[in-house]
Amino acid sequence: MATQTTYDFDQMLSNAREAYGEELMRMADAGLEFFFTYSDNVAPSSSAGKFVQKYPDRCFNFGIAEPNQVGASAGLALSGRVVFAQVFGPFLSLRAADQIHTDIAYNDVNVRLIGTHAGVTAAGGPTHNCIADLALYRAIPNLTVVVPADAGQCVKMIRQSMDFEGPMVIRIDRGGSPDVYADNSYELTFGKAIETLSGSDLSIVSAGSSVYWSMRGAKILKEKYGISARVIDMHTIKPLDTDMLLKCAAETKNIVTVEEHSINGGLGGGIAEFLLESGFTGKFKRIGLPDTFAVLGDPDEVYKYYGMDPDGIAASIDKLLIAPPIIL
Amino acid sequence: MYKNEVNEERVRQLEEKCVEIRKSLLNFIYRIGMGHLGGELSIVEMAVALYYEYMKYDPKNPKWEDRDRLVLSKGHCSETLFTIFSDLGMYTMDYMVEHFETLDTALFGMHSNRKYVPAIEVSAGSLGHGLPVAVGLALGARAQKKLWRTFVIVGDGELNEGSNWEAFMAGGHYKLGNLVAIVDKNQLQMTGPTERVMSIDPLDKKLEAFNWDVLQIDGNDMYSVCKALASLPPADPWAVRKPVAIISNTAKGKGVSFMEGNVKWHGGGIAKEQLEQALADVENGRKGRI
Repeated sequence: MATQTTYDFDQMLSNAREAYGEELMRMADAGLEFFFTYSDNVAPSSSAGKFVQKYPDRCFNFGIAEPNQVGASAGLALSGRVVFAQVFGPFLSLRAADQIHTDIAYNDVNVRLIGTHAGVTAAGGPTHNCIADLALYRAIPNLTVVVPADAGQCVKMIRQSMDFEGPMVIRIDRGGSPDVYADNSYELTFGKAIETLSGSDLSIVSAGSSVYWSMRGAKILKEKYGISARVIDMHTIKPLDTDMLLKCAAETKNIVTVEEHSINGGLGGGIAEFLLESGFTGKFKRIGLPDTFAVLGDPDEVYKYYGMDPDGIAASIDKLLIAPPIIL
Repeated sequence: MYKNEVNEERVRQLEEKCVEIRKSLLNFIYRIGMGHLGGELSIVEMAVALYYEYMKYDPKNPKWEDRDRLVLSKGHCSETLFTIFSDLGMYTMDYMVEHFETLDTALFGMHSNRKYVPAIEVSAGSLGHGLPVAVGLALGARAQKKLWRTFVIVGDGELNEGSNWEAFMAGGHYKLGNLVAIVDKNQLQMTGPTERVMSIDPLDKKLEAFNWDVLQIDGNDMYSVCKALASLPPADPWAVRKPVAIISNTAKGKGVSFMEGNVKWHGGGIAKEQLEQALADVENGRKGRI
């Protein structure tokens, strides 16, 4: 059964970056002890900024120096407490890659790296796009990687990560993204994907705010093309829920992935690797950012340009299903 | 607690300990067939002074909560620490050799892993990591009102890595008086003299400009090492003061005539004849002091 979502509700915007700061405040108010490190992009007016002002003794600003911030976060964790570290996503993954690999994952510390500005949500062009992070994280052992579908799920992940052993990356958007889930009463388990929409002709497997766009795409597929699409929220990119993938392959035959990341090395890449090794014979397509530095523009325009918006998702899936299978 | 006086008799005992550690280290490297003897020999006095005299440390309980933390950022010199751990009774030398890079039974390797060797605080190898992690440890100690100190040993060649300077900046910014950075300034990096590969002098002025208190010592002279460590301000996390950098001027390959100041002895193993010569050199060094 599909979990109740906002599919039939009006689109509501929530902000994971605000929501996680509010959750840190709630956790600290409830007496939980943890450290928070941040870089020079936490505005005093943001919820994280307010948390810093209320609990200054547990919060440390590292300026514009991601390797030091990530390394020091590992040291703070080794001193005995869970650490949440907010870092601007592209600079977290690209500049501090060695620290994520060695200080966080290899040293096996309880740091939750909150990588913001996923995909093209930062706007500002390719220097500020976060398109290669999942490819890096997927190749680092001992790293759990989660991508909340909406702000409410981000809050659940932040809270549940307090009881999680080991390093984790939580990848969130820059700002407001549509809510996927109608409320937060559903159960979330790291590594266990959620079916957000039932369907039988294919499964759209997605993560992050792309889940919502996939659901909208599924609605268009149904109304315009008569195609029944199942939608899966694969919120944990690593480890992938392979049981869910096998179930989808068996029940819907065809699989399409949608992600706000380069189509190389991310969610779609990981799923393709698994499915091919599992003897999958259905149709398969990765939808995401192509292997190019993205065009400049407002994120919503960029999604349309690359066919990642609901209409684009629906059109390319229709094309995929109509096309005769390729027999090698 | 911390000792502020330097006892000359104790200095002599620690010098003797350095002779033993150098000989064991050479034998260890001979048996495992690999190491980084140049940098491993240059840090012996500092490591011995820390583990045997100046750190709050219990070899029987390497995870004692109130221990001082030592981060060896130049992780390729881990064999010096392993040799000390062996001397402190944690492992026999045979056991370390039997578990050295032996695949699924390996506990010891060229670079240390804290998951395999509990006495290792931070797994290291890639350079430029120890100082940022040490900044985090010191911040964490202060925030939790812990009385332990964080020491970090970095190489001079290692200071080429920019992350160190981010961490020096943060250590000065946060006035981490419970943090001590020891720069093992042996003046050689892998392919040549540091001043030729990438000059770092005037290091003292640079560190002072980053708001650290700087001590310059002869890092292969036990009395100088002890004097520096004894002069450290109390590790009281409430007091906000400058962190301390000890520029420990050393010789790469210290104690072995054909290794001292020789860039060829950065990494590798040691042959039987070389071992015998090296052991004799170390023994002569002991006699030279008497």
